[in-house]
Amino acid sequence: MAHVSLQGVRKSFDSLEILHGIDCEIEDGEFIVILGPSGCGKSTLLRVIAGLETLSGGTVTIGEKIVNELEPADRDIAMVFQNYALYPHMTVYKNMAYSLKIRGLSKTEIEQRVQDAAKILELGDLLHRKPRQLSGGQRQRVAMGRCIVREPKVFLFDEPLSNLDAKLRVQMRFELRQLHESLKITSIYVTHDQVEAMTLADRLIVMDGGNAAQIGSPLEVYEQPMTKFVAGFIGSPAINFFNGKMSGDGSQVELVDSTCLSLGKNGLKKHGGSEVTLGIRPEDFKVVEDDQAMIHLQVDMVETLGADTLIHGHLGKIDTDFIVRLSGTHHLKRGIKLPLSVSPEKLHFFESQNGNRIQN
Amino acid sequence: MQKRVTFRNLWLPYLLLAPQVTITLIFFIWPASQALYQSVLMEDAFGLKSEFVWLENFEAIFTDSNYLASMKTTAIFTVSTTLLSLSTSLFFAVKADRVIRGASVYKAIMLWPYAIAPAIAGVLWLFMFNPGNGIIMLALEHLAYNWNHVLNGDQAMVLVVIASAWNQIAYNFIFFLAGLQMIQQSYIEAAAMDGAGPTRRFWTIIFPLLSPTTFFLIVVNIVFAFFSTFGVIHAVTEGGPYQATEILVYKVFRDGFVGLDLGGSAAQSVILMAIVISLTFIQFRYVERRVEY
Repeated sequence: MAHVSLQGVRKSFDSLEILHGIDCEIEDGEFIVILGPSGCGKSTLLRVIAGLETLSGGTVTIGEKIVNELEPADRDIAMVFQNYALYPHMTVYKNMAYSLKIRGLSKTEIEQRVQDAAKILELGDLLHRKPRQLSGGQRQRVAMGRCIVREPKVFLFDEPLSNLDAKLRVQMRFELRQLHESLKITSIYVTHDQVEAMTLADRLIVMDGGNAAQIGSPLEVYEQPMTKFVAGFIGSPAINFFNGKMSGDGSQVELVDSTCLSLGKNGLKKHGGSEVTLGIRPEDFKVVEDDQAMIHLQVDMVETLGADTLIHGHLGKIDTDFIVRLSGTHHLKRGIKLPLSVSPEKLHFFESQNGNRIQN
Repeated sequence: MQKRVTFRNLWLPYLLLAPQVTITLIFFIWPASQALYQSVLMEDAFGLKSEFVWLENFEAIFTDSNYLASMKTTAIFTVSTTLLSLSTSLFFAVKADRVIRGASVYKAIMLWPYAIAPAIAGVLWLFMFNPGNGIIMLALEHLAYNWNHVLNGDQAMVLVVIASAWNQIAYNFIFFLAGLQMIQQSYIEAAAMDGAGPTRRFWTIIFPLLSPTTFFLIVVNIVFAFFSTFGVIHAVTEGGPYQATEILVYKVFRDGFVGLDLGGSAAQSVILMAIVISLTFIQFRYVERRVEY
């Protein structure tokens, strides 16, 4: 168990810089998820922490020790690979015992540790099988077991659930979280799946093109996205963006079809008159009486999912398509105008230029 | 159901097959059957008539101490050639696998020895080890080592083993290199994180994962050492000195075409045929299914 500190972590491959300086303090026992689309550098960041890639700048500290120059083996970390990387020629037992054998532990102690880990992960019956005789979920567990036996300071996970089918993924996600609750080992988990990220993480690092766009708890990231990118990446269906212009006193915002939305009591006085991007999450709309409506949505298509209804529509002009998510089932005809309102605190404003969040 | 292409013309498929079948019949089936037939005949000293002798030729072979000695020579030669060739090429392949700059040049150069006929390879090494003025010979002289493969049977054996192994290294190298590049990087990374150093990673992870390739190459190299090295032996030692390098395939030639014991020679080649058939069988049976880890 240890805290991990990243300071100005940079990584370049030849002249191409992948990580542009990441700073993050990871607390002892914390479950951190690095989330981002493909190519954002999230796996590279994990491999830098693991020591599989050398740093181009900055420092990585594990516990009290700067590990920049240390070999992966000397960092006291364990990693679950995306394809699990179970040694195919060894039994489950040997896979788990491999690292212990290298450390020169006694036979009885190896046996003890492997059996303990097997018990936690319910692998008891599988110890003498080869990896190819295991199902996806079992392989996943063995990969976990190989990490647990070492009792490392930090666990690293590189998209460990991406090779599993949907149902198993949900189950393994749950098991992973439970395991973390019981072992309390600092964990760093890379994924592109926002549901995994939201459910597993104590805190998220949302990566955008080699930068940490936002670091915060899942709810913070969802409720207070710091950039337009983060707002667009978290949430499904994705947040709706509208181009708009702030009124002179910052009390309301005017959208392209001259719909005006009030910002509530405080307004954004400092940003009066500026071009902004407005974000509204599909689930933040409410259907209201006609006279209380802030927006009238022209309904184009309705998807009834059972628990929810997704309504696709537009505001009257081009480029104003958006999605509304209502709970329960709603039977709406195509072409009708749906009166909607959004409470002012659910409006997210971003600067048109750089996509940064506009706050009071 | 697999969709099968069918010919409308009844004769076309046979016509297309004919060249291959003809070649097989003329150059394999016919000589092979001749060898089988010859192996149960005994010819008189003048080659005027031959007599059917059942399996007497085989009996004679297996009671002939020369033949048994040749078997032992073949075993030593084959095992040494295969080991030397495989270990050297594996070493080169591991090194080449790590080369990043100029990798293709390196690989191309490594392939050249394979383009050289075994007999030429033999002569090449013969020059270098020439007891009078060979370049390696001179180096050995400096070390005060007495080399004369014309007189010393063990040294002759070393020479033909080196020449044969060298000829086969390129072939093995390519297979090993391909095998190494097939191994997923993540196994090696996982082993590195588990604390294994490069040497340990090689012997506990890479080498076992390479075993299907190794097995395939062992079979191929044994077949090579058994048969294709005739040229090397013929050019370098002619089986000498005192039969020290007379492997089975060379003995077939000597007894048949020099000693003119056609029946005995045919019987020997039947035995060789049996060996190569069983090796091929092993190869197909296990290599097709791949060696299981």
